[in-house]
Amino acid sequence: MSAQTTTPKQLDLPRAFARALARAPWAGPLVALVLVYGFYAALAPDTFARPEIVVTMLCQTAVVVVAAVGMTLVIVSGGIDLSVGSVVALGTVVVAKALRGGLPLPVAVLAAIAVSIGVGALNGVAIARLKIMPFIVTLGAMSVLRGAAKGLAHEEMIYVDARGLESLLAALPKARAWMLVPPGVWLALGISVAAALVLRSTRFGRHVVAIGSSEPTARLCGVRVDATKIAVYALAGALVGVASVLEFSRLTLGDPTDSVGLELTVIAAVVIGGGSLAGGEGSVFGTVLGALLMTVIRSGNTHLGLRSWVQEMITGAIIVLAVALDGFRRRA
Amino acid sequence: MTAVRDPGAAPLLEIRGVSKRFGATRALSSIDLDVRAGEVHAVLGENGAGKSTLMKVLGGALKPDDGALRLDGAPFTPRDPRQARRAGVAVVHQERALCPHLTVAENVFLGDEPTRGPWLDARAMRTRSAALLTQLAGEARASRTDPSAKVASLPPGDQQLVEIARALAAPSPRVIVFDEPTSTLDAADVARLFEAIRALRARGLAVVYVSHFLEEVRAIADRFTVLRDGAKVAEGEVASSTIDGWVSAMAGRAIEALYPRSARAADPSREVVLEARALAGVRLPRDASFTLRRGEVLGIAGLVGAGRTELLRAIFGLDPIARGALRVLHVEGAARPHARLEAGVGMLSEDRAHEGVALARSIADNVGLSRLPWIVREGAQRAIGQRWIERLGIRAPSVDAPVSALSGGNQQKVALARLLHHDVDVLLLDEPTRGVDVASKATLYGVVDELATRGKAVLLVSSQVPELLGVCDRIAVMARGVLGPARPVSEWTEEAILAEATATATATAA
Repeated sequence: MSAQTTTPKQLDLPRAFARALARAPWAGPLVALVLVYGFYAALAPDTFARPEIVVTMLCQTAVVVVAAVGMTLVIVSGGIDLSVGSVVALGTVVVAKALRGGLPLPVAVLAAIAVSIGVGALNGVAIARLKIMPFIVTLGAMSVLRGAAKGLAHEEMIYVDARGLESLLAALPKARAWMLVPPGVWLALGISVAAALVLRSTRFGRHVVAIGSSEPTARLCGVRVDATKIAVYALAGALVGVASVLEFSRLTLGDPTDSVGLELTVIAAVVIGGGSLAGGEGSVFGTVLGALLMTVIRSGNTHLGLRSWVQEMITGAIIVLAVALDGFRRRA
Repeated sequence: MTAVRDPGAAPLLEIRGVSKRFGATRALSSIDLDVRAGEVHAVLGENGAGKSTLMKVLGGALKPDDGALRLDGAPFTPRDPRQARRAGVAVVHQERALCPHLTVAENVFLGDEPTRGPWLDARAMRTRSAALLTQLAGEARASRTDPSAKVASLPPGDQQLVEIARALAAPSPRVIVFDEPTSTLDAADVARLFEAIRALRARGLAVVYVSHFLEEVRAIADRFTVLRDGAKVAEGEVASSTIDGWVSAMAGRAIEALYPRSARAADPSREVVLEARALAGVRLPRDASFTLRRGEVLGIAGLVGAGRTELLRAIFGLDPIARGALRVLHVEGAARPHARLEAGVGMLSEDRAHEGVALARSIADNVGLSRLPWIVREGAQRAIGQRWIERLGIRAPSVDAPVSALSGGNQQKVALARLLHHDVDVLLLDEPTRGVDVASKATLYGVVDELATRGKAVLLVSSQVPELLGVCDRIAVMARGVLGPARPVSEWTEEAILAEATATATATAA
């Protein structure tokens, strides 16, 4: 009733803002993230609302975010990449082997990223030139690379001195408190911003959307479809390489059995963030929100002391529910 | 007849002896065509006459097997659409070729985006596409089309405008090809399109205009060429020719005696099995009323895109019904395909490869698919398949052969056998003879005749007018989503059907 006393002019701005917000592809995930965080913070106010917990959650999300940004490009182009988990494991092994072999730190890091780019480019060539379905190509790559990681590591964990790499995602020492969050989180943020700009404001980014939206049209308009697809998978590979370095910094060892099933979390982040597996739709910002949402749910359930089997069931149900609700919102 | 080559106006685009084959089909045989700067040149012909193939050759999407193209006197051999566009030949496609997730401006410049350093020049894209839209459609309409709006959110007429703007955004457009631009437009949009085309002509561009709508061609074109079965059969000035002359040139072939027809007579006392009153789908059809009785074959003529397939889909429950009344057998209103089949209605899709047959499965699997018992015994299914192979004379290595191994005509027999085995009372057949050889056609016509004799009811959609005249008891013509009155076949001629199908709907709110 009090709304009647408000003049229309006062209402206009919030309304226009609300409308713009409702149209944005990431609006749904943003609302969901706020609600879910609020829900857990209300249930466990003394632990969940503390800043250290937020920083911890950001650190836990960094690996997924970096890989999921690459996956966003792949999914927007109408593809999929199932090899992410295996490539991350391979990356940790490559870093560990390189460090143990006495190579300088930057070389070890670049080696992992280079391997990852190579894998992505090969996937892209098989998909674009040999016309094999992305699902099949990357399903094969998932198995091949898991095997490669195990072979390279002789089926063992590779323990090694991380030479400072561990500080990427570790709690900040007092001296560097000005950074607010550890450097790995800033890296993930920077990568996300850069990728969002590439997707939105470069010719390459628009061609990626065009291919996912209507590949025949893109071809007809002279878009170099094959080259663009290969570039998408190679770029996504580069980001998975960075994710594997972040993962190594958390593990501080090379583990060929690490990150099994990570690709599903990554794909879920993209899809919760508004990405469509049919291509053409998805935003980097939405993906970041989707990744955060899943961390909050996992972390919140742990704080509530739920058993892990309950947590798994809740996580699965929330993924399906989030995407279904978003579909309703858009059709409305 | 005016001289085709006027020395005063050298052709901008010359097509000489262009031929194209697809497998055994001759899509184009040795076509000659000249298009001059500042003219609208119409290319006419029935479905399958080769118009779209010729346009694909022009636009660089297909390479001719033989012959040569020259643009402004220089050889024109585009490797792909991008090269054709760079050289100045841009195509506005029949199937809307837009990316629905991109904005208007992004679609206009897709593949040729202006950039500033690494970034897209979004402002230039917006202002230039707004300018192109204004130039095309005038201030008032262009202001309705926001360059930053997603293309998916635009009505069809505006989407068409975006496509034309894209053609004009080419570096230096010389020839613009319009392939069936008006089949999804309403009368007001058509009028605006024509203004835009006249403006292009006034700027000295050459326009190639492909259309079925003969009255529109009369209104917009300066010269015309008629194709039939891939060959040029007529050309001339629009002003010194008649629509009747074009129609006979388009239809010119002799009607073959391949329609077996027993002495059936329309019997108005028989049960009405299908009745539609002002039936409308979400987009198409817009208004369809008819009745179908037992023992009757009712033909639906019309152009591709007129809404005939959509009518059958709505009846069969594949698409929702927006308005109007429908009764099929004893079921009032809409029903799902499953319920339709249960009630005794079967549909044969025009898209054989995707909706007609399961290509990878055997004949036996296909024929029995819609009427499987709870426990499927392989032997029984194979016996059923064998029975239909014999009845319809399906030429197949064995009953276990995948349907993909059969010829088009035999695949279609398999698809029809599925309906026959289900023993439906009402058959909805959509282009049943498309891509089918003459011998198989005769078999299919024989089956339709036999069905009618046995008291089944058939609704037959076809773009082949002679086929409709040969097979049906009554025919109705659908144009732009509106179904005309059904009249006995004796009251129709081929010319009358073509004329009604190609009439421009002026009274849209009738």
